[in-house]
Amino acid sequence: MHLSPDQMIFWQYGFFKLNGTIVFTWGLMLVLAVGSKLITRNLSTGMKRSRWQNLLEIIVSGMEKQIEEIGLYRPEKYIGFLGTLFLFVALGSLCTIIPYYEPPTGSLSTTAALALCVFVAVPFFGIQEQGFVNYLKSYVSPTFIMLPFHIISELSRTLALAVRLFGNMMSGVMIIAILLIITPLIFPIAMTVLGLLTGMVQAYIFSILAAVYIAAGTRVHNLATEAEEKH
Amino acid sequence: MLIDWFTFCAQLINFLILVWLLKRFLYKPILNAIDAREKRIAVELADADAKKSEAQKERDEFQQKNEEFEQQRAALMDRTADEVKTERQRLLEEAHNAASSLSVKLRETLENDARNLNQAVGRRARQEVFAIARKTLADLASTNLEECLVGVFTRRLRAMDGEAKQVFAQAIKTAPDPVLVRSAFDLSAEQHTVIQNALNETFSADIPLKFETVPDLISGIELSSNGQKVAWSIANYLDLLETGVGELLKKQGSPDAKAKPEPHKPELETTNR
Repeated sequence: MHLSPDQMIFWQYGFFKLNGTIVFTWGLMLVLAVGSKLITRNLSTGMKRSRWQNLLEIIVSGMEKQIEEIGLYRPEKYIGFLGTLFLFVALGSLCTIIPYYEPPTGSLSTTAALALCVFVAVPFFGIQEQGFVNYLKSYVSPTFIMLPFHIISELSRTLALAVRLFGNMMSGVMIIAILLIITPLIFPIAMTVLGLLTGMVQAYIFSILAAVYIAAGTRVHNLATEAEEKH
Repeated sequence: MLIDWFTFCAQLINFLILVWLLKRFLYKPILNAIDAREKRIAVELADADAKKSEAQKERDEFQQKNEEFEQQRAALMDRTADEVKTERQRLLEEAHNAASSLSVKLRETLENDARNLNQAVGRRARQEVFAIARKTLADLASTNLEECLVGVFTRRLRAMDGEAKQVFAQAIKTAPDPVLVRSAFDLSAEQHTVIQNALNETFSADIPLKFETVPDLISGIELSSNGQKVAWSIANYLDLLETGVGELLKKQGSPDAKAKPEPHKPELETTNR
């Protein structure tokens, strides 16, 4: 029994290895990219459109709306990052219904990588929106004393992001694995269903938290723009 | 250690690649399609709005034109009605005038006809009377008509009075020539004497006479001096008859004619020449 798909090693050459996490991630990437490509190949701009196009439009416009509600006024700019986070985590969880599949998010390496992306994305978008100086000023606001607390907050929330997702996904898989040993019938199915729900909630939480962090990083600028628009 | 650093790096790269792939194959086309649809809907809505406003404008324009047309029509109708009224009045007046002139003409024609008829009747009556008179006179020739005529003439002469007598007496006195006695027949010496005596008695003077025979005088005697004339003949009666017939016809022609004409008694005619 293994705790994470990292331990499922298919091929290794020194430092380089091909484990379950990478393989399943590629699988998800393949499904997402090819599926998107196939559906968006013949997009209709008229009133009539295919079911798949409808589904994608609902997902994309839903995500866009969520991002906008959080306070990011140009959702099309952030949807690439935040939407991909959500779709990757959500699809990773949904695929748990496939036998022998393990979600790549059940690996701390993956969640840490995603958390690192968020950690980098916050100053990236913040600097893009407010400028370098203004963004750095936000670390010493309202007073200089707050600087260490801001830095600790940044680090801790990144760690929390990574561990929360990893913990939830890993625990879900673990519980099912343990239940399969104890009660191999029915109960694991119920837990799988619950795992699907947990996975979706985790995907939502992860992407929403990432959006909130980015929104906090770009907030000063947004507030200023808002004030200007009001005047 | 739970974190495998190679996997960590690989997942980092994988995730970034996935972001790029999804941006390219999912978000961009879908968002573009949504934008295009929204734009298209906005264009269609704007187009519909423009068409609506245009239709409204055309409707207003049409309504305005319709109202103008109605007003013009009403004005034209009023004007036409007035013109018709005026024309009717004019035509009525014209017709009235024509009827009046026709009526006048008709009356004149009728009067002319009556006059012509009157004249024709008079002419015919005179001719008839003359014929009768000639026949009667021819029949009476045997009863010494000339004597009767002279008798009647002298009686009337003696009965002369008033202004006529004075005027004739004055004429006789101032006349250089003798008084001319004209008759339709030759008077005998005795008849000359009777006439002489009667004149002398009437005017109380010895009046010189000159006798002449004029066949045109129908059974009559005429006495003339210095432009004054005293005459009696059957022609006088005939003239009176003609006058009487003329008046009778005139009274019959006029609607308020009631009184019958009084027939004139033939008197001794005194005229101023």
